[in-house]
Amino acid sequence: MPQPPLLIPKPEGLYCPDGDFYIDPMRPVPRALVTHGHADHARAGHGAVLATRQTLEIMAIRYGEGFAGQRQAAEGPLRLGNVDVSFHPAGHVLGSAQIAVTAGAQRVVVSGDYARVPTPTCAPFEPVPCDIFVTEATFALPVFHHPPPEAEIARLLASVAAYPDRAHLVGAYALGKAQRVIAALRQGGWQAPIHIHGALQRLCDYHIAQGIDLGDLRPATETRGKKADFAGAIVIAPPSAFASTWAQRFPDPVICFASGWMQVRARARQRGVELPLVISDHVDWPQLTATIAEVNPAEVWITHGREDALMRWCEMQGRAARPLHLVGYEEEAE
Amino acid sequence: MSLSAFATLLERLAFTPQRGRKEQLLIAAFASQPDPDRGLMLAALTGDLRLRQVTPGLLRGLAETRVDAQLFAASYDFVGDLAETIALIWPVSGSDSPSLSEVVAELAETPKTRLPGVIAARLDGLGPSERYAYLKLATGALRVGVSARLARSSFAAWAGLPLAEVEEIWHALAPPYAELFAWGTGGPRPEAASRVPFRPVMLSTATDLEALSALDPADYAAEWKWDGIRVQAVSDGGLKRLYSRTGEDISGAFPDVIALMDFEGALDGELLVRRGAQIGSFAELQQRLNRKTVSAALLRSHPAGLRLYDALIWQGRDLRALSYDARRAVLAELPLGPQIDLSPQLPFASWEDLAALRANPPEAVIEGVMIKRRDSAYLAGRVKGPWFKWKRDPFLIDAVLMYAQRGHGKRSGYYSDFTFGVWHGEDLVPVGKAYFGFTDAELKELDRFVRTHTIERFGPMRSVARSKVVEVAFEGLNRSSRHKSGVAMRFPRINRIRDDKPASEADHLETLQAMLPSDG
Repeated sequence: MPQPPLLIPKPEGLYCPDGDFYIDPMRPVPRALVTHGHADHARAGHGAVLATRQTLEIMAIRYGEGFAGQRQAAEGPLRLGNVDVSFHPAGHVLGSAQIAVTAGAQRVVVSGDYARVPTPTCAPFEPVPCDIFVTEATFALPVFHHPPPEAEIARLLASVAAYPDRAHLVGAYALGKAQRVIAALRQGGWQAPIHIHGALQRLCDYHIAQGIDLGDLRPATETRGKKADFAGAIVIAPPSAFASTWAQRFPDPVICFASGWMQVRARARQRGVELPLVISDHVDWPQLTATIAEVNPAEVWITHGREDALMRWCEMQGRAARPLHLVGYEEEAE
Repeated sequence: MSLSAFATLLERLAFTPQRGRKEQLLIAAFASQPDPDRGLMLAALTGDLRLRQVTPGLLRGLAETRVDAQLFAASYDFVGDLAETIALIWPVSGSDSPSLSEVVAELAETPKTRLPGVIAARLDGLGPSERYAYLKLATGALRVGVSARLARSSFAAWAGLPLAEVEEIWHALAPPYAELFAWGTGGPRPEAASRVPFRPVMLSTATDLEALSALDPADYAAEWKWDGIRVQAVSDGGLKRLYSRTGEDISGAFPDVIALMDFEGALDGELLVRRGAQIGSFAELQQRLNRKTVSAALLRSHPAGLRLYDALIWQGRDLRALSYDARRAVLAELPLGPQIDLSPQLPFASWEDLAALRANPPEAVIEGVMIKRRDSAYLAGRVKGPWFKWKRDPFLIDAVLMYAQRGHGKRSGYYSDFTFGVWHGEDLVPVGKAYFGFTDAELKELDRFVRTHTIERFGPMRSVARSKVVEVAFEGLNRSSRHKSGVAMRFPRINRIRDDKPASEADHLETLQAMLPSDG
């Protein structure tokens, strides 16, 4: 007899009837399990939130202490209603986790967003055997082969050396990507101070408090009118800052952007990027397909991204797959 | 030059918005790369490297032998560029870095039937960036934001040679330009070996009434400045060529003009669409430009002709050292026809007389007056002094700012590209885009306005409250089916900010329509 489904896609997000909770809901719900702290997965206003301790602390930094009625840190296996729940590292950003939901003989793993490239900024992805693997498909096209981050950092450092009078402004999202880039710069041998936009300060401080070495970070917000001070500097900022008057203070800046999308030239040019850096915290095509092969689930569910291409790949591999058509996860989620 | 070095260069050129920096990148490449590869690189950038066998169809078919057709189609749809899609999707990579000459020779010499196998083997051996460079080289459409002119001017800057001299012999050279690079490194100037050579054109500098008042009008002749394109018509022992003012051979697109060239010499003039005395607008001439060949129908509907300004060579004699008056006297011997005549000289005794003529030209296709010193020789390039252009005043309209986009480089963080519109009934309709003309202070003011009056955002573009009026200057107006307004401006720029005017008093589309040339 077929089992009733453990998880059901609903407009609010993926729902587990046996445990009465949602995973990464896009709207406020009574009980939410959250994979990681990015805004399209972690929203404020739920009745209760269960997530890793770090994800809860990141949510508190972003939304304030009162972001949910109740919160619980996921530590060890838990029983919720009639299901068992456990959290496993996803390698995406600090605190990010896959959520395994088990009932009887059936296990579903909701991977959230995940990455397989090691970074000092978070624990590496842990493959969890399961019957249904719920995966993202952000970069699910065979054109996406992200180069090793050290090669991209080397390009950035070569450009800094080639243009000593200019500031290099690196666009990177505040949670995860910014720290991933900073840590990669340190590994690549850049020991000089790195300037950060004010919007990155609290999350960088939090990473440092969690024992992640980001080296000498300085605010890039306090020296108005002294352009030459930033000659030869590396400045990390959220990409939205490039549109603000904030960018006017730097000497003839080289606009860089750290994102998996930068592999496509038109995307980079649309954004007015001069130095595209292909540094991603998602899996590229070879990593995505290798992860599915490694986890080897009976069925693949696809949350968001380029579902059609991944569906086609699963079909060619003889794997059962279905798109969930969940709305609300950002197309540009990076 | 290795394919890797070429790939790096293409990448940097594509993402470098500033012209000066692109030139520096090219100069560094000319300085560091060996022959004949740097010549092939130059040819690739100027569009003179023609490996016509490699078609998009061939490449697509090749990709689909290695990648599932559905996955390829989805990827191509996302990436939007065939060479880039194949470069990224190709499943096998190597670290080969053959030289440009090696791959160019291979592409040129391999018979078409064997080409797919040869290209596939190359793609297997290359990394993604090299594959991209290789495929761009093979298909010829680089699209890295470098014009043929910029490539040539960078060469001239590297070689320390006047651009005019490089352009003069360009048409006679062929890739990989061994003679050219020899010249650039101190060797002899290549003989423009071919007959019917192009010679550098004399150019003018801008002037105005104030500057002219210091000069004696008796020393100068004046002509109308015709709004076509400046050409050099060369006829040498039965061979005839029409060159643009930068030395491009445009003969293929103008067989009707070639047929008119019943003379022996090299003449300077304006290429125009004309039906005898009736001169067509620049928009009409545009229909004939940028084509390799021309249809019989277009030859009938848009016949081209010449209006002559000057003579460089006449019946084997070089006239360039003679005075303008002497050269014009020679030119007057030319038997004229309905499609070819002399640009008439304007009678004037004082600069005020000329100002009056300029203010009221007899035809819409006149864009000002040319003033030429009667005793001046024909000199190469833009020499200040002997020739002046005194363009008619620009057209001015008051328009409302509608959209703004961010700039690059020194304008990073500033909204500096503006789209403006005029009234059409109750609505504003966009009529043009401008990203210069304003002072630094005005840019700051406009930037501040955009930030505080944004009503909608579309990616890097902002829609702003329809309340800021700017005075837009432009040189001419064409009909356009590609623009919703039906008009397209030439050289629009923001002349000043009209804070004294409310948006409701900005101009109407009817005002612009009235400025359109009647024949358009």
